[in-house]
Amino acid sequence: MSRQWEAVIGLEVHAQLLTESKMFCGCRAQYLGLPPNSNTCPVCLGLPGTLPVMNRAAVEMTIRTALALNCEIPEFTKFDRKNYFYPDLPKGYQISQYDLPLSLNGCLEFEVGGRVVRAGITRVHLEEDAGTLHHAGEIHTSSFSLVDLNRAGVPLMEIVGEPDLRHPEEAPAYLAALRQTLMYLGVNDGNMEEGSLRCDANISLREKGSSVLGAKVEVKNMNSFRSIQRALEFEFQRQADLLEQGRKVAQETRGWSDLEQVTVSQRSKEEAQEYRYFPEPDLPPLRVARDYVERIREALPELPRAKRVRLRESYSLAEDQARVIAESPEDAAYFEAVVEAGADPRSAANWQVQNLQALCNASKIRVADCRIPPVALARLVQLVDQDQVSGVVAKDVLAECFVSGDAPAELIASRGLAQVSDQRQLRELVEQAVTANSKAALDYQAGNDKALNALVGFVMAASRGKANSKMVSQLLRERLPRS
Amino acid sequence: MSLLDLSIAEMARGLRDREFSSVELVEAAYQQIDRLDGELGAFLRTTRDQALAQASVCDRELAVSPDGRGELYGIPVAYKDVLCTQGVETTAASRILSGFIPPYSATVVERMESQGAIALGKLNCDEFAMGSSNENSAFQQTRNPWATDRVPGGSSGGSAVAVSARMAAATLGSDTGGSIRLPASFCGVVGVKPSYGRVSRYGLIAFASSLDQVGPLTKTVADSALVLGAIAGEDPHDATSSQAPVASYQDAIGQGVSGLRVGIPKEYLAMGIEPGVRRVFDQAAQWLEAEGARLVEVSLPSTEYALAAYYVIAPAEVSSNLARMDGVRFGPGFGGATNLGDAYEHARHQGFGGEVRRRITLGTYVLSSGYYDAYYLRAQKVRTLVAQDFERVFSEVDCVISPTAPTAAFRLGERLADPLAMYATDLLTLPANLAGISGISVPAGFSDALPVGLQVLGPYLGEATCFRVAAQVEAAADIWRVGPETAGAAEEGV
Amino acid sequence: MFEPAQVAHLSRLARLGLTDEELERLRAQLGDIVRAVGKLAEAPTGQVDPTAQVGGLYNVMREDRVVDGLTQDEALANASSHEAGLIRVPAIQ
Ligand SMILES: [Zn+2]
Repeated sequence: MSRQWEAVIGLEVHAQLLTESKMFCGCRAQYLGLPPNSNTCPVCLGLPGTLPVMNRAAVEMTIRTALALNCEIPEFTKFDRKNYFYPDLPKGYQISQYDLPLSLNGCLEFEVGGRVVRAGITRVHLEEDAGTLHHAGEIHTSSFSLVDLNRAGVPLMEIVGEPDLRHPEEAPAYLAALRQTLMYLGVNDGNMEEGSLRCDANISLREKGSSVLGAKVEVKNMNSFRSIQRALEFEFQRQADLLEQGRKVAQETRGWSDLEQVTVSQRSKEEAQEYRYFPEPDLPPLRVARDYVERIREALPELPRAKRVRLRESYSLAEDQARVIAESPEDAAYFEAVVEAGADPRSAANWQVQNLQALCNASKIRVADCRIPPVALARLVQLVDQDQVSGVVAKDVLAECFVSGDAPAELIASRGLAQVSDQRQLRELVEQAVTANSKAALDYQAGNDKALNALVGFVMAASRGKANSKMVSQLLRERLPRS
Repeated sequence: MSLLDLSIAEMARGLRDREFSSVELVEAAYQQIDRLDGELGAFLRTTRDQALAQASVCDRELAVSPDGRGELYGIPVAYKDVLCTQGVETTAASRILSGFIPPYSATVVERMESQGAIALGKLNCDEFAMGSSNENSAFQQTRNPWATDRVPGGSSGGSAVAVSARMAAATLGSDTGGSIRLPASFCGVVGVKPSYGRVSRYGLIAFASSLDQVGPLTKTVADSALVLGAIAGEDPHDATSSQAPVASYQDAIGQGVSGLRVGIPKEYLAMGIEPGVRRVFDQAAQWLEAEGARLVEVSLPSTEYALAAYYVIAPAEVSSNLARMDGVRFGPGFGGATNLGDAYEHARHQGFGGEVRRRITLGTYVLSSGYYDAYYLRAQKVRTLVAQDFERVFSEVDCVISPTAPTAAFRLGERLADPLAMYATDLLTLPANLAGISGISVPAGFSDALPVGLQVLGPYLGEATCFRVAAQVEAAADIWRVGPETAGAAEEGV
Repeated sequence: MFEPAQVAHLSRLARLGLTDEELERLRAQLGDIVRAVGKLAEAPTGQVDPTAQVGGLYNVMREDRVVDGLTQDEALANASSHEAGLIRVPAIQ
């Protein structure tokens, strides 16, 4: 039914910056877990007489982000006041940027379903976060609200995307690519649950092939990749249904309810658009020197896409492996350290992606933070590659060392877990296997290949995993010739 | 005769030479307050115990090592109630800040304290410094000590009265469109509006952030130079504070005016100057000429638009600056309102007086989309023109002189019903705020037994020139020792 | 010059809670003031840049360093109502 409609979607992302201090005062920017209203000062409380002073690091992080997103950095930028009343906004205005933001006209490339999509970035600007409000029960039925200003004044970067997305599933992909870029840059921790990364969306529908846009609906309150996609899918359907029925879509703000999986109209504030922006008189404007911008540009780290391509090409990795390894720059650095320490790149990638990553996922830590140093993993990978330890044993050893922090190679040596490749020893075990499993031996000889597995399994069990399984198979085949 | 009749330099000498103690000075100040302030209403609150305790500490220290102290050490001063004082209620003369006890002090207050100045209390003013007559205080009427049926001028009325009536050796006020110079002129004291950014605004409850400056009010020009020197200079808490080094203001005094080119803007003299005020002005100009200054007629053609620009820009900033007065983190509460909308409206309706409401509404209007370009943006452009006028004139002359106000102190209530007439009081002072330049008002004479100030305007960061010229006028007029109570005796000599 | 609804709207935007009588008085005064500042329209502002700030400062920034602020008690000391360390305000409707 909704075939004929096409979505036009743009995302507006707010990212808290990983500075030490707040945007305009010396309070901590990392406020999570602190007792309420214990991370404030006269400035971020908005007490009469106080003045903001700009955090240099926040400006630099925003420029770094803007450059990574291919934005232009104008030579002149300033801050403005956005005026509105809300109890989490101590000054009655938010210091933000209106007509002359720090950066403009960028783009972000991301992949979705094997396609590369390029979406425009309208602007990246800098502002301050508000405090947090707690309600007794539901916001609409509660008789009072409680204000915590620990978060008020935390540096907040707003990344406004062009309405270049055409499918709801592109939204989480765009956001994931953006999130990864921010984390690569070290400017944001990517935590959507705690709200250090937040996303609003604009969605309107148009008939396929038409350039006439429908009314724009802003969707808020989505705090996971899943909820963003679900909310946009819901909105797409809702708007399409309305249009099919010949009805109009109202231009409004709607909130996503994770509980009910629907968007709900948020009572539009009558003065919603009357922010009465004007230049912030308390902050001198910025002149952004070209050589300063170039210095930041030169210091940009390798970005996710570039890193994936390089890993794939220089180490002959599979696409999926490169993606997992490049998930974070720290994990990628771990991988490159393993290779540097002498491991074969493809073996190293297999071990990191399949085994180490699984262990890390189970304990919810990052590869780069685990107790196995890259050199130790490299040694283990080498032992396996040189047939000095069996894959099965190596996996168990890795799991044990992951917990204990011991060196895998030492554990193998001290426990005598080295792989048995001695022909004589193995032939003895093979004899035992054939004797104990005469039926399987006969089956194999009769042409049943699978029967060999039972025989190999017997040898492996008898050797407690240490037997060189490749050699065992070979010896078994020799011992049980088919006519 | 009170110890408070002395200049600060004389007080400092007396303290050093053990002629009197700091406790005696502070007690003398409180005696004046006790005797006069019931009628004059300059102080909103005093901090007597604290002040006396501090004074005795000063005395002990002076006894141990009398030399090497700054001249403000042990001197009784007071602050306009728009300056935050840690632990001492600060209201900006507004009900909405009743009971507000700042957890921090303004930078200027800290600097005065670090010099050893002793704070006597907080001074009345127009609510949030909005007014020209000091009739907009939510709490009390301040009266002109020279004629108690007249206004002291505003908005730093309490600051001017406290000095004029010898209740404090020096006070700090704030000047957004004339709020230091005007009451200084009306009350017969010296008042300085420093260049924008010369003095930190941190802890000054903002009226119009791009226009506000803190400055001293004192009996003498030298005293003002001393106090300004103590409070001026870059402040890491105020990004708009100037990083330029602070000039030696006291050295400027006594240099004379020989060779200085002194501009007289023709537009200012065409502003309906009262004859008595004009006489004082002409006399002062003659004194300067007689001392070797060259008088030059200059033109500031954008003056006619300055008032309009000011009454757009200042209210616009007010409407935003006062948004934080919402009753949430401070203020007298919500009066039992059950929803947030009502709560805000209750707090702000109860909390703000008429002039503040008027300016907030006006400011909200000129910033609204659809009106922004016609009013706010255009006012900003006029501001550029006003600044360019001064730039051009200061390439021709070293300073500009004019009356501080078109009239002497007017009667209480006289202009209350007509906001526009009240606003016109600032005609000669507010262009300096728009341009951000330096200015001073110095007592130059009397009109019908009411003090009349001469305004000296200098370039941006040209305070030293203002002091130099003002000191010459002060010397020629020779009236600074004449207080309102001794005026009768002195007038025979004038 | 000002419609009653316009002044009421401004009062609402600024959360002033003015009564009808106050609005009516303000309407007249605002009209006078806005007429007077209409003088701006006559100023030769054609090619002139706006001035938002004087003093000519640029790039005034502080280093990213944490400085001790207020304790919870100090932060709440002036609030008219608080509980469990949070500032209490009437419900948002
Ligand atoms: Zn803070």
